[in-house]
Amino acid sequence: MSVILETRELTKTFGAVTAASSISLAIEEDTVVGLIGSNGAGKTTFVNLVTGYLKPTSGAIRYRGRDITALQPRQVTRLGVCRSFQIPQVFDTLTASENLLVAVGIAARHGKKPVEEAPEDAAEAMLLRFGLDRFRGAPAGILPEGVRKLLDIAMALAVKPQILLLDEPTSGVSSEEKFALMDLVLGAIRADRVTVLFVEHDMEIVRRYTQRIAAFYEGRIIADGPTSEVLENPEVRRYVVGEAAVDPC
Amino acid sequence: MKRLDRTTFALLASLVLLLAGGPLLPEWALFLVTNSLAKGLVVLGLLLLMRTGLVSFGQGLYFAVGAYAAGMMPRAPGLSDALALMLAGGVAAGVVAALCGLLLARYRGIFFAMLSLAFSMILYGLLVKTSVLGSTDGFNVAARTVLGVAAAGAYGRYAVFALTVATAFAAGFLLHRFLGSHLGRLAPAIRDNELRVEYMGASVRNVVHLNLVIAGILAGAGGALTGVTVGHIDPEMAYWTTSGEFVFVAILSGTASVLAPFLGSILLELLRSFAYEYSPNTWQLVVGGAMLLVILFLPSGLWSVFGRWRKVLR
Repeated sequence: MSVILETRELTKTFGAVTAASSISLAIEEDTVVGLIGSNGAGKTTFVNLVTGYLKPTSGAIRYRGRDITALQPRQVTRLGVCRSFQIPQVFDTLTASENLLVAVGIAARHGKKPVEEAPEDAAEAMLLRFGLDRFRGAPAGILPEGVRKLLDIAMALAVKPQILLLDEPTSGVSSEEKFALMDLVLGAIRADRVTVLFVEHDMEIVRRYTQRIAAFYEGRIIADGPTSEVLENPEVRRYVVGEAAVDPC
Repeated sequence: MKRLDRTTFALLASLVLLLAGGPLLPEWALFLVTNSLAKGLVVLGLLLLMRTGLVSFGQGLYFAVGAYAAGMMPRAPGLSDALALMLAGGVAAGVVAALCGLLLARYRGIFFAMLSLAFSMILYGLLVKTSVLGSTDGFNVAARTVLGVAAAGAYGRYAVFALTVATAFAAGFLLHRFLGSHLGRLAPAIRDNELRVEYMGASVRNVVHLNLVIAGILAGAGGALTGVTVGHIDPEMAYWTTSGEFVFVAILSGTASVLAPFLGSILLELLRSFAYEYSPNTWQLVVGGAMLLVILFLPSGLWSVFGRWRKVLR
């Protein structure tokens, strides 16, 4: 499998604080990768760096071999790197349907319009795919948090990304609903074979849905590999999962 | 054939009603409606900006640029037709808006409002100091013809009225179509969440700049038509109170429909005329009181009355 996104020695400092320290990560196409770590470990900083919201102090970001380090968020998005947000970023006064129409319209302007599909039809298809059809006429500002989260992700997918970065897709969602939500979200995203990189605190979610994990601690990656191996890593269990590593002696 | 939507139907009905009813109106009412519709064009541009989340206190700049551009058109045949003057006003104001927009598109909120006001006051300062343009007195504007009809006399007045009505209809219809297009839908999206718009791949600054130019063109055309209707232009057109009046009408009418600015503009002119007639020393108090009542009881503007009626009728 070819590498779709690669970071090399990515570092970001805010004054004396190092939020990301020499992060080198290569994401292969058509995979689901989890980013785990405690609060302040650097996961969201990494997402913000990759999507152009923050500029790295040093290091490089490559998308399909092209250097995108200096690009603005909209330029990164147009290339095919999209994101959703921990706190849903939707257009509160517009209806769910209009939110998706905006996203579909932007995609169409950048040559990502499905052949002969009207924007209204494309938006409706996305509503159905995410099970949002019964909320189509409701302003996004009054929707429940879980629905806003789904809408936020649907908007990111409507822009037709090649790789989608999800920032804590299950935060604010009840434990009873989290698996159903992830089944729905990943089912919808993976139907287009979009590569997924998601930040998550819930290890059950990570274990169930990812093929690979990168574990962050104090701005650096302390483990990177297949999910089961990383979750058994003593350092990960100590600093990320929150369990004391078992001493064999 | 595609069915007409409600707004297009209302625009068409207003066009027919006004054109047919125009000859029946007394001279003062014909003048009042013409002047109101010309100013309504400026407010129509403000509607677009307010939907984008921007409140401009400087639309007087483009209003005055349009009027002065029309006033300075050569007195050659064809070029002194009211239509040519209006087009000149719109183009000149559009160019100025494109230039000012390079800076304005970077700012939001109070900074945008104050910068737009500052630009209009710079023009005001220049106009009052420029004797060749009549300084504080301004100068007269007279179109020789209106769509080929001699501008003088009753026919001429009706022709100016008809041109203004047709322009208001065309502007309203085109803006209505624009607001329903992809670019138009970006306006409320930008107002709600600029960050998200950027993260979906669109340039907020470009869209804001485009909307500023559209609003500028509308204000310029409105300024030119006001100049032709009144027959005189002066630097007051660029003064901040003129810009404030446009914002006043935009708030009074609401931003829910492209028809609202024209309705609001006509109502304000009527209110002002009657307040001035019956209370010449305190007419501002009457107008201010009306504004207060609208803000208290119709915070979404006069147009929201129609929305309430529709809900009641359902």
